Amino acid sequence: MIKVDGLSKSYGGFLALDDISFSCQPGRVTGFLGPNGAGKTTTMRIMAGLTPASRGEITIGGYHFRDIPNPGRHVGVLLDASAQHGGRTGREVLTIGAKTMGLPLSRVDEMLALVSLTPAEAKRRVRNYSLGMRQRLGIAHALLGDPSVLILDEPANGLDPAGIRWMRGLLKSYAERGGTVLLSSHLLNEVELIADEMILIGRGKIVAQGDKKTLLAERGNSTHVVALDNTTLQEALTSYDVSWTPAGDALAVDAEPVEVGRIAAEKGIVLVELRHADGGLENLFLELTSDAQRDDITTQGESA
Amino acid sequence: MSTVTSTATPTLDISGTSRVPFGRLITVELRKMADTRAGMWLLLAIGLITAAIVTIFYFAAPDEQRTFLNFMGATATPQGFLLPVLGILLVTSEWGQRTTLTTFALEPSRSKVIASKVVAALLLGLVAIVLAVGIAAVATVLAGEPGAWDNIGVDDFAKFGILQVSGILQGLAFGLIFLNSAAAIVTYFVLPIAFSIVSNLWGALKDAAPWVDLGGTSQQPLFSGVDMTGEQWAQLATASAIWILLPFVVGLVRVMRAELK
Repeated sequence: MIKVDGLSKSYGGFLALDDISFSCQPGRVTGFLGPNGAGKTTTMRIMAGLTPASRGEITIGGYHFRDIPNPGRHVGVLLDASAQHGGRTGREVLTIGAKTMGLPLSRVDEMLALVSLTPAEAKRRVRNYSLGMRQRLGIAHALLGDPSVLILDEPANGLDPAGIRWMRGLLKSYAERGGTVLLSSHLLNEVELIADEMILIGRGKIVAQGDKKTLLAERGNSTHVVALDNTTLQEALTSYDVSWTPAGDALAVDAEPVEVGRIAAEKGIVLVELRHADGGLENLFLELTSDAQRDDITTQGESA
Repeated sequence: MSTVTSTATPTLDISGTSRVPFGRLITVELRKMADTRAGMWLLLAIGLITAAIVTIFYFAAPDEQRTFLNFMGATATPQGFLLPVLGILLVTSEWGQRTTLTTFALEPSRSKVIASKVVAALLLGLVAIVLAVGIAAVATVLAGEPGAWDNIGVDDFAKFGILQVSGILQGLAFGLIFLNSAAAIVTYFVLPIAFSIVSNLWGALKDAAPWVDLGGTSQQPLFSGVDMTGEQWAQLATASAIWILLPFVVGLVRVMRAELK
């Protein structure tokens, strides 16, 4: 439904987006994941016609955003929940949207109820809203026109755990009814909970995409192992040409657990822990986006 | 065999949707002007100050000067200050509060949105003019001076209208150029004054002033109550082009190209 095709965006000499392509399918929640400054927001702004692309294009349901008549009825957009006039009440923000789209005002009440903003809260000015309330208002605004596509930039930002669970339910049921959802986040956990598909972006490039299972499978085998004497194990692994990296008290080994166990058995090394490495997605995320991270997290040393 | 069908890109059905009508955008813009405290106070201030200046003039002016045209003329100055601010804020408050993200996601045609703002501002200006004429008429009736209604021509209303509309358009233009309330308002008020000072000091510019100095010189004949010559109209048009049309076009180009963040 959303098709990003060879999209690039440069600011002067800085290449913010470097030839990215991906697509989002109806009935699926697609998570757009990447560290801060990776290019998620820029991509979404280009999607909504607010920023011109340098090269490539984005179509939604076969159309450029600017060619969609009354776009709010087809594509719900939330780019920044804080980008609202602080002096307007929550209800007024939705009323302006409803009036622009030509919707009955009853739709405003429906949306307020949907995102659990009480009538009293809806009467307050947005400047007095918490970030979580602004996100709820923003999601209500995006859903006003009953669109079939949702584009949400960091919608879970500022929501409490209960709020995130609520949003997961909301977006899942929206997708189950055939809607297309693209949501961005810099937090893996959020996306892992909500999204069916994931697109990982780092420094303006797509580094991986697929569902959680596919992403992990593509990364090959990794074993988490702790020996009574790690140094002996390290030497043993190296002698079998199996590469490893220290991971805290443990070793991360590029081999199946069974193989590591066999080596340990042959060398008579006592293991205290041996299993498939978990948290694989998080490592994958950090690893894939490592050259795009501001903090160097993966320089735990290569094996000697 | 027909693998194409399974991979076909799903499309949006836009056949049942029409574009957002222009009239609807205008009513939304008018609503946006009045639904914040700042906007509401500005509209109220225009009304109240218009009434106040007529009242002051009523008591302060000598009897024989309490004519309709003088009452109407008195409202021109305060309105001339506030209507441009209205024009500026109609544009800049969107950028200042970053509501452009939602406004242009609901109507991607930037020119259409700007056009609706222009029409909304002109409609509000028209209301201000009608208000000024109405209050001036009431004051004239109350004063009851003989001959207070003499020598009123269509051109008097036209000149008053041109003056107020110019102010609104210039405000919009400065708003579009700066996209920032403070910068636009300060520049709007300071630049013409600075220009007048410079042109008074610099002889060459002083000679050209009627052609280039809009508020200080070119618009003055609009206040004078006497018929304007063809040359004066030409000077007004030239100065208006420099101070209103040019910034408007530059601002519009900027907004059409700008990245909305």
